[in-house]
Order: sequence, then C-alpha cells, then structure tokens
Amino acid sequence: MNKWGFGINEKRSIDLDKNSPDIADRVLRDEPSLRLCIGCGGCTATCSAGNLTRFNFRRVHHLLRRGEYAALSGEIDKCMLCGKCTLVCPRGINTRNVVLSIRKHLSV
Amino acid sequence: MRTINNRYSWERYQKQIPDDHFYYARSCIRQNFFPGSEAAFLKIMQDELGLDVLDDAKHTSCTGIGYHADIVPLETIMTVVARQFSLMTEAGYENLVSSCITSFGIYTEILAMWHHFPELEAKIHEHLRKATGREFVKPKNVIHTSDLVFHFRDRIAAKAKYKLYDVINEKPLNVVEHIGCHYSKIFPTNGIGGAEFPYVLAGMIESWGGQVIDYPERRHCCGFGFRNYLVQANRGSSIANSKLKFESMAPYKPDFIVANCPGCSMFLDKWQYTLAEMEGVTYGPDHQAIPVLTYEEMAGLVLGYDPWDLGLQMHQVDAEPLLQKMGIEYDYTKKYLGKNGKYIGSPKPCNCF
Repeated sequence: MNKWGFGINEKRSIDLDKNSPDIADRVLRDEPSLRLCIGCGGCTATCSAGNLTRFNFRRVHHLLRRGEYAALSGEIDKCMLCGKCTLVCPRGINTRNVVLSIRKHLSV
Repeated sequence: MRTINNRYSWERYQKQIPDDHFYYARSCIRQNFFPGSEAAFLKIMQDELGLDVLDDAKHTSCTGIGYHADIVPLETIMTVVARQFSLMTEAGYENLVSSCITSFGIYTEILAMWHHFPELEAKIHEHLRKATGREFVKPKNVIHTSDLVFHFRDRIAAKAKYKLYDVINEKPLNVVEHIGCHYSKIFPTNGIGGAEFPYVLAGMIESWGGQVIDYPERRHCCGFGFRNYLVQANRGSSIANSKLKFESMAPYKPDFIVANCPGCSMFLDKWQYTLAEMEGVTYGPDHQAIPVLTYEEMAGLVLGYDPWDLGLQMHQVDAEPLLQKMGIEYDYTKKYLGKNGKYIGSPKPCNCF
C-alpha cells in the first residue's frame, strides 16, 4: 500500500466499441440458435460443473457477446460437456455446440 | 456527438431567478478550500451590482455532510433547515441563495418532500417550535449562487476588465465546466439547463469570451460524493472517477476547469496532485496540471480582482500559467502574503516526476 492508504480503482466499465466481436460472430455462425437465448439461467441452474466450480454458462454467454475473451478462456474449460443444459434450455439452444465452438475459436 | 442539437436543449429547462433581495446561506467547507470565493461573490453582488444580499452570522451548516454520511437523521436535518428558513423569514427575505451545491440539493429535496408529505412538514414545525421556539415560512425561491452569477452574467460582462481569452495564442480559452451532481441531477427542473445539458456555467463562459469543451465524460461525477471518500478505503473509487474525467478531457487541451460545487472544485484540484504523486501523470500541457477555479474566482478574474485576494494561491494546482494566458497583471511577491501582509507559507515542490 502506498503512503495514501488507498489506490486507484480499476475501471469496471466495458467499452463495447473497443472489444472485438470477432470470436462471438464466428461462434454465432457455428451455432445460430444462440441468438435465441433469453438469459433465463436454466442452463446454469442445472449445470454439473456449476455444482463443483463457479462455472456459469449464462456468464460465459455474456462474456462472449461482450467480447471479453480473456475472462472467457479461463472459464470455458470447466465445462464437462454432460449436456444437461441442452436438455433444459427452453429455447432449444445447442449449448454443447456453443461450448465446443468457443473452445475451437479461442484456441486459434 | 450531436453537439449542435444539444447546444440549445438547456432552453427547455428554465427556472425563476428573482432580481433582488437574497438571504445568503454560506457553505460550511468552501471557506476552507477556496477562502476568497464567497467574499468575491458578496463583493460582486453587493458592490458591483448593488444588490441586497444578507450575509447572516446566525445561520449554520445545513448538516448535509452528516446527513449523506448517515450520521444526521432526516428529521434532524429538516429541523436545521427549518431554522435557516426561520432566520430568513425573521430577516424579511423570501429568496434563499445557497453557496453550496449539497445544501442546494438538501433544500430542494426537503421542500419536495414537504410538498409530497405535508404531515412531515407539520411535524418539523413542531420540532422547531419545541427546540427553539421559532416559526418558519418556506422560501419563495431557492437558488444556487451560480444561478445568480449566471443571471447577471451580461452585467458582469459589461464591467469586465479581462476576457476568457488567451492573449498569447490569440484564441478563446478552452474551458471545462463541471456541474455538481446535486445541482440538477436530483431535480432537473431546479437547474438551468436540466440534468443533461446544464447551461449555468457554460452560459458564463460564453458570455465572458471563453469556449466550452464538450468532452465524453462531461456529465460524469467528479467522485467527491461523501460516501466515496469519508472512509479512506473507499477513496480509490473516488479518485478513479476524477481520473476518468481527466483522461477524457485531456485531449481537448483545456486551459482551466470551472466547477460550481465545493467538493468538485476541491477534488478536481487536489486529486491532480494525488494522481501525479501516485502515477506520475499530469493532464495539462508541458507536464502541468489543469488549473481549477470556482465560478466566483472566474468572475473575479474577469472583473479584474487581484488573484491573491481571490485566494488563487490556496489552490493545489498553480493558477499562474492561466493568469499569464489571460494577460492579467499580478504581483508575484504578494502571492504568499496574507491580508495583514505577513507571510502565510508556501508549498514545497512535489517529487512527482
């Protein structure tokens, strides 16, 4: 701690103009059903990995759409691909394919 | 940015500003931060414009800092405010002019609450009666001192000795205006220009020859908000707000900043030093910081008052480069002399770089 007893808080705002939509666009091309998401959180509620870790598919979706890929890469590997989220999704989104597509494009 | 369309948006928000007879409610903190500002306001209003402004020794702090820090309960602050109104009534005035943005926000907020909850107002009448034996009448007009300077800006311009003009580079000064959040963000109709396009300071700048900078974070809070800094651990959030503003305004090369809130003027001034110490950055040209003035100091400079009488030597950021740009004649040897001619001490250079 410096002599002031406090630092300068980092900005927490997300500048969508600066973040690239590139990977999000490629994932949406791979799995267009993701556009139907209403953010209900059913996927997160039923998630096996979410029971054991802080993995949260809805958060993954937010990070993807906002272009925050650095935070995304640490998260996406936690998915065990059990597919329960796909079963409960009221919009019929193929969430497993979304996870696989994100892994593919992040690794490039 | 749709500057051209926004330029006139303020005209939808006008407020009634009386022409004379004001009861002056001072700020509890401004006289420490900017000791010449309130004296300059009274000099301008009373001596230059010949207005009736009563500077009453009997009134107190509105206790707004305690209220916003959750130390002073709502009914207590209401009773304190009722006492100010009572003093105003006793002195025969109906127009309250508040020097502080927090107080201005408190007065307007309390009057709005009493309007919507008359039983609360009745209760406060009872509290004041029991505590002091006083009665009060609500003011007809509650205005901020910057409203009054804005109202008379053209009369001040007519008496101007200097313009907000850079005589060295021969161009109007680029000015950042910063409006305190409690001026019009709580009740937009109580501020000139509303919450989004307040014109109160911009009007003064334009009338006195300057050019207003419209930068992206113009309406962002300076970070002063009492909760943001009263606890030391929270000050990281406070300074982050100011930093955001400085970063946003710096590309527009402002010659100075003017604010109408005690806290904003203080924080925008002093945080620049803190940021220079912490990160080694400054936001003005040539590794200089950006001078910060109150609107009374700005008016005082325009009217040709002595900068040291206005208290500019008490600012963290040195205002001398600005004085030189404006072509103001001043005596450097008197910078750190008090009214009695005695040396008041001078700041040591910081080791920021």
